[in-house]
Amino acid sequence: MTQTTVSASQLTRRFGRFTAVDQITFDVGAGEVFGFLGANGAGKTTAIKMLVGLIAPTEGDAQVAGFDIRREPDRIRASIGYMSQKFSLYSDLTVRENMDLYGGIYGLSRREVQQRATTALDTLGLSSSARDLVGRLPLGWKQKLAFSVALLHEPKVVFLDEPTGGVDPITRRQFWELIYAAAARGTTVFVTTHYMDEAEYCDRISIMVDGKIAALGTPSELKRQFGVSTVDEVFVRLARP
Amino acid sequence: MNAVIVRGLSRSYGEVRALDDVSFDVAPGELFGLVGPDGAGKTTLFRILTTLLLPDSGTAQVLERDVVKDMWEIRRRVGYMPGAFSLYPDLTVVENLEFFASVFGTTVEKGYELIAPVYRQIEPFRDRRSDALSGGMKQKLALSCALVHRPEILFLDEPTTGVDAVSRREFWDQLGALKAGGLTIVVSTPYMDEALRCDRVALFQGGRVLDIDVPTAFGKRYGRPLVAIRSADRYAMLQLARGFPHAYSVYPFGEVLHYTDRRSELPADMVAAELREFLNAGGGENAEVRPIEAGIEDSFMALMNSATPAAA
Repeated sequence: MTQTTVSASQLTRRFGRFTAVDQITFDVGAGEVFGFLGANGAGKTTAIKMLVGLIAPTEGDAQVAGFDIRREPDRIRASIGYMSQKFSLYSDLTVRENMDLYGGIYGLSRREVQQRATTALDTLGLSSSARDLVGRLPLGWKQKLAFSVALLHEPKVVFLDEPTGGVDPITRRQFWELIYAAAARGTTVFVTTHYMDEAEYCDRISIMVDGKIAALGTPSELKRQFGVSTVDEVFVRLARP
Repeated sequence: MNAVIVRGLSRSYGEVRALDDVSFDVAPGELFGLVGPDGAGKTTLFRILTTLLLPDSGTAQVLERDVVKDMWEIRRRVGYMPGAFSLYPDLTVVENLEFFASVFGTTVEKGYELIAPVYRQIEPFRDRRSDALSGGMKQKLALSCALVHRPEILFLDEPTTGVDAVSRREFWDQLGALKAGGLTIVVSTPYMDEALRCDRVALFQGGRVLDIDVPTAFGKRYGRPLVAIRSADRYAMLQLARGFPHAYSVYPFGEVLHYTDRRSELPADMVAAELREFLNAGGGENAEVRPIEAGIEDSFMALMNSATPAAA
């Protein structure tokens, strides 16, 4: 872990009297798969919104992909990728049209889009489906495609929200392999999820409780620390002491 | 007599075969799980069993009544919690509950004893609109609404999707309590770990039942040596292990990799020793390799691979 791509220091956000995110501090390195966990209402969404430059912090600082979240939110948004289950691709556009659209939005040239889309579709084994409507693809393919689209502009950091929810166990593992491959190329993968099962696949995880980071470490470290056999049990211990 | 009897049930939407010759039974008082990914056919099956959809072929009986002929009687006697919690967003907690009770010609008071263990947790918020509830509270309200008319069987379609780990665990505890009270429960989930909370489980994929058994039994029938590989560099190790000449499959599995060997006759510790040697020679000196028992997820993948060999 040579280079830090996400760095938060005492990051805080209050809404009136309510402190949604309370002085969180952590670093994530290039090529790391980092799981960002917490119960409903623990402050995850607010923290992510600050990291991607959508809302300003009340106190504290953070740098993402080398840019300051207060002063350079626009440059952050150009240097990150995002994928969620709810918002991903346009189902009434074809596979290639979706890639052209997102490539264009991120300012890639026609030639760059052409090259990267061809490579991405080859890697996914989707080349023969380039002209198919996304809406007709099976769910697992859609998710793998959405991930590739989120990486098209070669972001330093990609944010994934419950990336493998609802897919079959084989597709799920194919998806994790894509994540590991992206991480091996140096991309930081920032995963938020409700499912502690998914957390087990991350290099390191943090667990937020009431706006604070209550635990941070590798899944093995946390399980050892709490004397339990799954991240799910770690989570339950922290969220319901 | 079984609480649910399904025989050869099929249903298509246009060219898509959502259910393909599905058969199974659920015993009275059983907590029966339908486990499979989105699009496996679970919701279609629930809609047929709750008389909301007609099958193309095959038969189904619920509480000894036919889902086509006796639809009105079945509707009175079953509780159904659809996916995405069908609540009225602009009604309050108590108004939702009163509405569902009144549809069944009963009152919240008459059903209170049954719903109490679940409902008491959200009762402090009884005057809050249901769209202002958290995911976990919505789930508890939806379960209360499905129980308020004191059904004899409960159908729950992905009740824990989108709900955090703590609420999920509480929810399964509540299902356990309802089962202890004698209720028959059929519940679907895309999450393999939840299967372990069921008495028996049907594994669903592509509209078909891959297998049915008690959750701990699937692993015992895995049939091939299974080995876990732990390494700091999972991705490099994955490629390396796939190069072992006897590899049947290698998958990421949480913090480790699961390696399955083709040679079903070999003991797993012998396979582990050979694999360790191979990985060491290939640059994976620090890999920890040990034989393990297969779990339900390993079995699900093996069944998927044997059903559609191309999926590997």
